[in-house]
Amino acid sequence: METAVEVEDLVVHRGKRPVLHGLSCAIPRGSVTGLLGPSGSGKTTLMRAVVGVQIVKSGRVTVLGEPAGSRALRRRVGYLTQAPSVYGDLTVRENARYFASLYGLGHAEADAALAAVGLADAAHQLVGDLSGGQRSRASLACAIVGRPDLLVLDEPTVGQDPVLRDDLWARFRDLAAGGTTILVSSHVMDEANRCDRLLLIREGRLIADDTPAAVKAAAGTDDLDAAFLRLIREREGAAA
Amino acid sequence: MSARTFASTTGRIIRQLRHDRRTVALIVVVPLLLLSLIYFMFDDRGPFFDRIALVMLGIFPFIIMFLITSIAMLRERTSGTLERLFTTPVGKLDILFGYGLAFGLVAAAQAAVACGFAYWLFDLHTAGSPWLVIVIAVANAVLGVALGLLASAFARTEFQAVQFMPVVALPQILLCGLFVARDEMAGWLQAVSDVLPLSYSVEALTEVGRHADPTGTMWRDLGIVVGVIIVALALGAATLRRRTA
Repeated sequence: METAVEVEDLVVHRGKRPVLHGLSCAIPRGSVTGLLGPSGSGKTTLMRAVVGVQIVKSGRVTVLGEPAGSRALRRRVGYLTQAPSVYGDLTVRENARYFASLYGLGHAEADAALAAVGLADAAHQLVGDLSGGQRSRASLACAIVGRPDLLVLDEPTVGQDPVLRDDLWARFRDLAAGGTTILVSSHVMDEANRCDRLLLIREGRLIADDTPAAVKAAAGTDDLDAAFLRLIREREGAAA
Repeated sequence: MSARTFASTTGRIIRQLRHDRRTVALIVVVPLLLLSLIYFMFDDRGPFFDRIALVMLGIFPFIIMFLITSIAMLRERTSGTLERLFTTPVGKLDILFGYGLAFGLVAAAQAAVACGFAYWLFDLHTAGSPWLVIVIAVANAVLGVALGLLASAFARTEFQAVQFMPVVALPQILLCGLFVARDEMAGWLQAVSDVLPLSYSVEALTEVGRHADPTGTMWRDLGIVVGVIIVALALGAATLRRRTA
């Protein structure tokens, strides 16, 4: 399968602290890849490196055949930051229209993105007046509005109602079926089961890079949480 | 930089401001209140009022736009929207010039209202045209925007950002010739005054006050202010980094 994102021996320091220690992985095109790991494990840092806003110490990140962050990629990569990065003093629709305009798209595309995240009815509200979950969806609408080839989503479903979370995942699957590559972080394990592939990271190191079924099989359990734990223990045992 | 992303960024910044009615009201009303205060302070001293009110018409937009811009840009930096924008096709200059144009337009409206107030209601007299006063006031506002964009890079919090106002604006106001004529200051103070851009815009305003037609000094001063704006915007662009730690 074709590779959308290739990370080779990526080392990132934030401050004096090493966050990623020579991480390598490959993300196939048109897949939904889940990035899992505890808070502080380096998920956001890896995503920032993929979208090209992270200063890296060494290693290489190639996205859709080009170095991460290169100019041509800016129209092809959509990024949802963990904290919603939309303007609180604009309405939902004004936010979507602004981001659409940056890609040369018009009002119709902006409205379609709002409908896709279930915010059509809140289009006239100021983002600052929305609930946390709605705000995060407004941010998501702005990330998908440019119809990117690669969508990097940092915890898109946090704080969402279970029904809506299900809808969002169905949406991600639709996008992937249409050829979009999705890299999505989460720490909800039941979401991991909906991914094509999983990257498990802990303390800046990759623990597993496989399909959910293979990860579970390797750990000899049907529960991803338990599988994750077992993989960590095995590693620590091997290191000791 | 592209015309489309520049225009939509400018529009977005104006729309943000439009939703904040109270800020818009403050931008328009505060200069009028302060002008009124000066008017009643110097009620029977015509030339005195003329001199001070004229200089104030240039200083208000500078201070207000410096403050608003440094906070607005700091918000872009801290809220994550700036980082998000850097993953889109928008250019650094689209953002910087977008702020410059958006707040420049707001400043033009502010200056027009304040000048109208000063000339008609308070009977401000200048030998030169009120239009020149508005032009210089707008240049000052854009100077405030440019320095505010730059200052935001050195603040991590809004508490820090507001404190750049006294640091950047107050010495310029003290040394611009309003309180003590510049050629009567100690030599080293004059030297400091000579490198502060507000000294030139105040001198330009004073020229408009004294001469019926625009003078060479006025154009030179305006040119210096525009030059400082360009340098400050260029330095501001250098502080905008797509990649951060």
